[in-house]
Amino acid sequence: MRKERLTSHRCRFIFSLFLGCASTIALPAKGFPQPQQANAKEELLTLPGEIGRSGGHLVISLRAEPKTLNPLTAADTPSREVIATMQADLVHINRATQLTESALAKSWKISADGLQYTLTLRQDLRFSDGHPLDADDVLFTFRVYLDENVHATQRDLLIVGGKPLTVRKVDAQTLVFQFAKPYGVEERIFDGLAILPRHLLEKPYQEGKLGQLWTTSTPPNEWAGLGPFRLKEYVAGQKLVLERNPYYWKTDTKGNRLPYLDELVFLFVPSADAQVIRFQSGETDMITRLGAENFSVLSRQQHGYTMSDAGPGLEYNFLFFNLNDFGEKSSAYLTRKQKWFRDVKFRQAISAAVDRDAIVRLVYQGRGAALWGPVTPGNRRWVNTSIPHPSRSLDHARALLREAGFSLSTTPNGESTLSDADGKPVEFSVLTSSSNSDRTKMATLVQDDLKQLGMHVQVVPLEFRSLIDRVTLTKEYDACLLGLVSFDADPTPDLNVWLSSGGTHLWNPSQPRPATTWEAEIDRLMEQQLVTPGYDQRKKLYDRVQEILAENQPMIFLASPDILVGAKNSIANVHPAVLEPYVLWNVEQLYFRTGAESANR
Amino acid sequence: MTQRRKLTNWLIVLVALHGIIAAAGFFAPYDPVEQDRGRPYLPPMHLHMVDGQGHLHVRPFFYPLRLREGSFDQYEEDTAGAVPLRLFTRGAAYRLLGLIPSRLHLFGAVGARIHLLGTDAYGRDQLSRILYGGQVSLLAGLLGATVTLLLGALIGMAAGYYSGWRDELLMRVAELFLALPWLYLLFALRAFLPLAVSPLEAFLLVVVVIGMVGWARPARLVRGVVLSVKERDFVRAARGFGASDFYLLRHHIFPETASVLLTQAAILVPQFVLAEMTLSFLGLGVPEPMSSWGNLLATLQQYSVLVSYWWMYLPALAIVPFFLGYLGLASALQQRTTPYKLEEKTGWNPS
Repeated sequence: MRKERLTSHRCRFIFSLFLGCASTIALPAKGFPQPQQANAKEELLTLPGEIGRSGGHLVISLRAEPKTLNPLTAADTPSREVIATMQADLVHINRATQLTESALAKSWKISADGLQYTLTLRQDLRFSDGHPLDADDVLFTFRVYLDENVHATQRDLLIVGGKPLTVRKVDAQTLVFQFAKPYGVEERIFDGLAILPRHLLEKPYQEGKLGQLWTTSTPPNEWAGLGPFRLKEYVAGQKLVLERNPYYWKTDTKGNRLPYLDELVFLFVPSADAQVIRFQSGETDMITRLGAENFSVLSRQQHGYTMSDAGPGLEYNFLFFNLNDFGEKSSAYLTRKQKWFRDVKFRQAISAAVDRDAIVRLVYQGRGAALWGPVTPGNRRWVNTSIPHPSRSLDHARALLREAGFSLSTTPNGESTLSDADGKPVEFSVLTSSSNSDRTKMATLVQDDLKQLGMHVQVVPLEFRSLIDRVTLTKEYDACLLGLVSFDADPTPDLNVWLSSGGTHLWNPSQPRPATTWEAEIDRLMEQQLVTPGYDQRKKLYDRVQEILAENQPMIFLASPDILVGAKNSIANVHPAVLEPYVLWNVEQLYFRTGAESANR
Repeated sequence: MTQRRKLTNWLIVLVALHGIIAAAGFFAPYDPVEQDRGRPYLPPMHLHMVDGQGHLHVRPFFYPLRLREGSFDQYEEDTAGAVPLRLFTRGAAYRLLGLIPSRLHLFGAVGARIHLLGTDAYGRDQLSRILYGGQVSLLAGLLGATVTLLLGALIGMAAGYYSGWRDELLMRVAELFLALPWLYLLFALRAFLPLAVSPLEAFLLVVVVIGMVGWARPARLVRGVVLSVKERDFVRAARGFGASDFYLLRHHIFPETASVLLTQAAILVPQFVLAEMTLSFLGLGVPEPMSSWGNLLATLQQYSVLVSYWWMYLPALAIVPFFLGYLGLASALQQRTTPYKLEEKTGWNPS
C-alpha cells in the first residue's frame, strides 16, 4: 500500500558522526570497544536526562524478520524498526515532544522565501567503522535517494512542487538544500533520512548494485552507520544482535558517550501472544505494540516489570463505503447501494448510531479514545479540538434516515427492516482484516448498532492482502472497516489519504478530478498547507480539513487505541512515546539499573 | 437382550440430548445474539439457597453481579438484592423447532439477567450461545453424515456390484479422496466462493463441503459387503429367476449393507460435528453473530482469553455427552451385527 511506501523513510535513522579521534581506525576490532571519553574537537550532542551506567544487553522481540538492513529498500515495519537504531538523520523529530531537534546537523537556517535550507554538520563525527563523516557523505546520500535507478523509498518525499530538491556543498561542514517551492513541513523533511557512508557505498552505487547491498547476510565489517548501534550478528530465523557503536555522537550531561547498553538483541517472535509469553517469562526485556487484552493479562501479574499506557497513539480506525465511480461499468447491485452510500445523511446516520464508547470499552478495555475525526488526541499539535463530539443517538440517526427517504418497517416478531425509497431493504457487507481481532470486534459491534436502525450488515473477515486488493484494485466491496497509522504527527505524510488523487484515498482512490465539491476543497487546503510556511497558518488549514471530514463522513471514524508498552523494572530511562518507535526512540539512553539485576534476568 | 437394551439406552440418551438442542429457544434464557455491553466477560453466576443472614430460600436465587468501578472485567456480587430464579418465564421471542413462535423460557429472572455460564466479549449469554450453537454444529454433523452415507452407499454398491473397470475407477477415485489433505482443500474451496455469504448459505456450504469429502471410507466398506453378498446363494437364485440389477440391489443387497451404514452413521456424525467445529474455529464456518461450537471456541485462539476467562472453554465440554452417546451407539450397533444376523437370514452355518 502506498502508505507503507510513503512513510517508510519516516523511520528513525540515527547516524553516528564522529570526528577527531586521534587514531585512524580502518575497521573496528571484534568485541566491545571501551566507552570513549569525548574528544575535545568532536562536536557531540549532549542529551539531558538521568545519568545511566554502561553495560548489559537488552532483548526485545520483533514481529517478523527484517527483510533488509538497507535503508534504501526497507519498506516493512521490522526492517525500519531495526534500521532506526543503526542509522541517523540530519534533523530529528523528538518522539516525546513531537518537535524537531538537531541531530547530525548542529544547526539549520531557512531563507526568508522558504526555498533555501542551510545546514551545518557537527564537526569530527565518525561512522560506526571509524571513518569520518563530512559533507560529501551527505551529498552522496541525497544523490542516491534522488537517483531514479536506485528506486529508493525516500525519493517521493524529496520531490517538492514537482521538482527534486538540489543539494550543494559550501564547505566540509555546510550544505545548502534548494527547493522549487516553499515546503510547509520545513526541516521535518530530514527526519528519518539516513546518511549513508560514501566510502562503503560509492563503488556499489556506480556498479548499480546498491539495491542488493546490506541484506541480512551482510558481514558486519561491510556495514556502517551513524546510529547508536551497529551490526554484530544475524542469525536467520532467530535473532539480530547489534552492538554498541563506540563512535556514537551523543553524550549524557556528564560527558559519558552514549549508548549505555553494550548490546541490543532483536528476537524474531512472529505472534503477538508468543511475544507476551516471552516477556512474561523474562526472555525479553521490553514489549511494545501490545493489545489491550494482553496488556491487562500482563498488568495482572507484574513480576519485576511495569506496564505503562502512553495514551492514544496515531492509529485511527474507521468504516468507509465504496464511493468509487464505475460509470458505465457499474453493476445494478452496486449502483443501488451506492445511492445510499453517496447520501451524506445516510453516512451521518450511521455515524450517529455507532456506539463509540462501547468500542473503546469492549475492544480496547477503555485504553483508547473515541474518534470523530482522523487526528487522534495523541497528536497534540494538530488535532482540531473544536470538532463536535455528539453522543450516540439512535433517534437522531432515524430522523436523518427518514429525511433521506428511508423507511422502517417492523415484522410481528420484532425484526425491523430499513428500506430505501424504492422499497429495497438496506443490506450490505463490511470487510475486516481477519488477522486483526480488534477490528473484527469493532465490526461486530457496529453490526449490532446498525441492526437497531434496521440495516442488515454482514461482517466478512478477509486475509489482509486480499482485503487491500479488493479495496484498492478490484473495488468489489460494499463497506470496509480499516485502520491507518500516521507515522508522523505532521499532516503531510497523510497527503495520499486526503487528496482525491491519492492512492490511499480509500473510499474513492486516484480520482482524475475530485468527485465532490468538498473533496475539491480538501485538495485545495491540503495542497496549500504543503507550501505554507509556519505552523499556525498550516494548523488553520488542517483544522478546516478535519471539519470537512467530520461533516461529510466519508470515513466514519471510530476509535484509536492507546500505545501500550511494558518494560522490566531494571531498565531505566523508559519514556514511551506515541510516535514510532514507541520505546526504542531513546534507545541510546536506556540502561540497566544495577549489574545484579541485569545479570539475574 | 442386554445388547438390545444397551442400544435402546444409548438411543434414549441421544434423543434427549438432541431434543434439548432442538428446543434451544426454550432452554436458553436469552437471545444468543443480544449484546449486553455493560457486562463483558461476566463470570458464571452462582445459585444460592441460603442467604447472608442464614435464611433458607425455597426458590434458588442469585445475586446480580456489578462491574467494579473503573475495571473492564472485574465483577462483585451485589448481596443487597437477591433475585429469585423463576421457572417458565416469558422472555425473548423465538421459534420452537424453527416453526412455533413462542416467548416461553425454561428459566429466567425478573429485574436482573442470569448468566449461569457467564458472558462473552460482547456480554452475550454463553449458555444461550452454546445451546443455539449446538443447533448449527449438530445439524451440520447430521446432514453431512447423511450426504456422505448416501454418496458412499451409492458409489460403494455400484463399485461392488458391477466390479471390473467401473470398480477400479471408483475405488481409485476413493483412494484419491482418502489421500487428499481435506482441510487445505476446504481452505482453497472457501477462497473461491463469494465473499458475503449469508449465515444460511455459509451453513449449507459447510454441510456440503463436509459431506463431499467423507464418502470414500463408507463406500469402501459398502463395496466389501456387496462383493460378498452378491455371491451368496439367495442373490444368485434371484438373478437366476431374472431379477434386474436394480431389483437385486434394492431388495437383496442394500438391506445387507444397512448394519454397516448404521454403524458408520454413528461414527460419522460426531466426526462431522468435529469437522464443522474445526472449520468454524478457523473462521470458515458460520459467520458472527451466529454461534456454533466451533466459533465459540475460536475466541480461545487469543492468549488473553485463554488465561483470563475459564468459562470460554465450556463449549468444548458440550460435545462430550454427544460424542459419548454416539460412540456408545456405534459400539452397541456393532455388537449386534453381521455374523449372527447373516446366519439367521441365510440359515448358513459355517460349523
